[in-house]
Amino acid sequence: MANAFWCIVEDDRQGMPKKVMSEVIGEAARLAGGQVEAVWLTDKASDAGLKQLGEWGATRVWLLANAAYAPYRSEVWAGAVAELAAKESPKAIFGAVTSRQREFVARLAARLGVGLAADCVAFAMEGDRLVATRPIYAGKLVARVAWAKGPWVATLRPNVFRPAEAQPGKTAAVERPSLSAPAAIMKFVERREDVSTGLPELAEAETVISGGRGMKGPENYVILEDLARVIGAAVGASRAAVDAGWRPHRFQIGQTGRTISPKLYLGFGVSGAIQHLAGMRTSKVIVAVNKDPEAPIFKIADYGIVADLFEVVPALTAEFKKLLEK
Amino acid sequence: MKILVAVKQVPDTATQVKIGADPRAIDTAGITWIVSPYDEYAVEEALRIKEKRGESEVVAVSLGPDRVKETLRSCLAMGCDRAIHLNDPAWKDADTLATAKALAAVIKQEAPQLVLTGRQAIDDDMGAVTAQLAELLGWPCAYWIMEEAVDADGKNVRAARQMEGGVEVFDLPLPALLAAQKGLNEPRYPTLKGIMGAKKKEIRDVKAADLGLAAEPAQLSIVGLEAPPPRPPGRVIQGDVPTAVKELVRALREDAKAI
Repeated sequence: MANAFWCIVEDDRQGMPKKVMSEVIGEAARLAGGQVEAVWLTDKASDAGLKQLGEWGATRVWLLANAAYAPYRSEVWAGAVAELAAKESPKAIFGAVTSRQREFVARLAARLGVGLAADCVAFAMEGDRLVATRPIYAGKLVARVAWAKGPWVATLRPNVFRPAEAQPGKTAAVERPSLSAPAAIMKFVERREDVSTGLPELAEAETVISGGRGMKGPENYVILEDLARVIGAAVGASRAAVDAGWRPHRFQIGQTGRTISPKLYLGFGVSGAIQHLAGMRTSKVIVAVNKDPEAPIFKIADYGIVADLFEVVPALTAEFKKLLEK
Repeated sequence: MKILVAVKQVPDTATQVKIGADPRAIDTAGITWIVSPYDEYAVEEALRIKEKRGESEVVAVSLGPDRVKETLRSCLAMGCDRAIHLNDPAWKDADTLATAKALAAVIKQEAPQLVLTGRQAIDDDMGAVTAQLAELLGWPCAYWIMEEAVDADGKNVRAARQMEGGVEVFDLPLPALLAAQKGLNEPRYPTLKGIMGAKKKEIRDVKAADLGLAAEPAQLSIVGLEAPPPRPPGRVIQGDVPTAVKELVRALREDAKAI
C-alpha cells in the first residue's frame, strides 16, 4: 500500500521472525499511525511466523518465498524488494541492524536512489518529514539526519526501541506478489555453524556480560558463563581480551566488534577504553566490576563495585541463583 | 591482477570530537587523522594477494580534502603501488551514495578485478559504501569477510563471511567487492623503506569533472549534531564483597528493574 512503512523481516532462518522485529514493527507503527507492512524474504515461511508478524502489528505481509532468498545474497534481495517497492511506493523501508540487513538495506537504497540512515536509535516526524538520530564518532556525538526524498531507508539498533505489544488474534493479510525470477551471481558453498555456547546471541541479548583484560586468561571465562546461564545473558569480551586470543573475534564488543544495547550490561575486568564504550554506551543499565577505582568504565556505570572480579562473580552467581529460584 | 582498495580518513578514536561553528559538522582543528581500522584490513589483504600471486597491482583510492593525502601516503608506505585522490569541493557534502558514485566512476576507469574495503568507517559508522558500489557496478559483494582466496586463474574469489551463528562461504565471480572484518588478517606496520619509497609513488588528483560527474544534492543530510544524552549519575557500591554483591542484586532487581 502506498504510504505504508515497510519492515524487512529478520528471521532465524528456520521460519520465525526474530524478536528485534517486534521493535522495528513497533517503532514503524508509532511513526506511520499503524500503516505497517512486513516484507519477508525466505525459503521457509511458517504459519507461526506469519501469525507472529500479525500480532506484532503488521497489517500486511509481503511474502517473498523462494529458495533463492536463502542464504541471503544482496544482489537477489535488492532486486526483489526494489521491484516490489516500485509497484507499491512505500513511504519508508526499515530494517534491523543485523549482519545481512546492514548490507542489504544499503544496497537497496542505492538501487532506489535514496538516502540511507544506518543504526538509528531514535526517530521523529517533523511535519511531514522523518528525522532520524544515530550515534557517530564512537558515540561521542549523535547526528540528526533527514532524507531528500522517500522512501526513507533506515536500519534500527536492536534493544533500543520499545517493542510492539503482541495483540493475540490480530492477523496480517498475506500477499504473495509475483516478481521477476531472482538471478543470483554469488554461488553458495557452505555454512559452518559457530560452536554453540548455548547462550543468547550477543547482538540481540537483553543482558550481556563482558570480560576484559582483568579476566587474566581464556580459562577463566567459564565463571562468566556460569553467571550467564543463571541470568540468561550473552557473554562478550573487550578488544584487549580478543586481541590476546582469549575469545574469538565474534564475541568482541566495541568499535571493531559488535555494537550492543542491552537492558543490562555487566563488565568484569573491563577498563572502559573508548573503543569498548563505543560498542556498549547505549546500554540501559551498566554495571562495572574492576579492581582499579580509576577505570574509565566507572564514569558511565550506573553501579560499580571496586573489587576483585574473581571474588565478585561467584558471589553474584550465587546471589542471583537464590533470587531467581524464589 | 589489479586490486583496488577504497579507504577513508577518520578521526583517531581517542581524539576528542567537538561540534563546529556550523552545527552540522565537527570542528576539525586539532584532530589526529588515521586510516579507518577496517580499511587497514582491506589494504593488508590486497597486499597479501599481490605477494601470493605476483604480477599484481594494488591501487589505493580515497575521497576527501587535501589532508587525505596523508592517509593515501600511509597506504603507499604499507605497500600499495599508487593512489588516486578524489579531491574536489563538489564532494564536500557527499553522502554514502555520492561517495559510491564517485568511487564507481573511478572503478570503471581503472577496471580492477577485485575491490576491497573495510566493512564500515569508524567516523559515521554507516557501513554502506561497499554495498552501494556493488549495486552501482552490478557486481557481487560480500560483507564481514573473515577469509578469502582468489583462484589461480583469477576468475573467482571464495569468501567466508561472519553472520549470526555461523560463517557462510560463497564463490563470487570476479570482478567482485569484499568488505573486510576484523579477524581477516593482522595489518602490517610500514617499514622505514616503505615510508621512504612511498614518497616517490604517484598520488593522482581526480576532480568530479574528470569522471564526468557534477555536484549533486545529498540524499541524506545532517540536520544537526548533538552531544549524546548524559547518563544518570552512577554510584559505587561500598562494603565488603558479600555486602556489595547483595546490594547490587537488590538494586538491579528493585531500583533498576533490570533483572
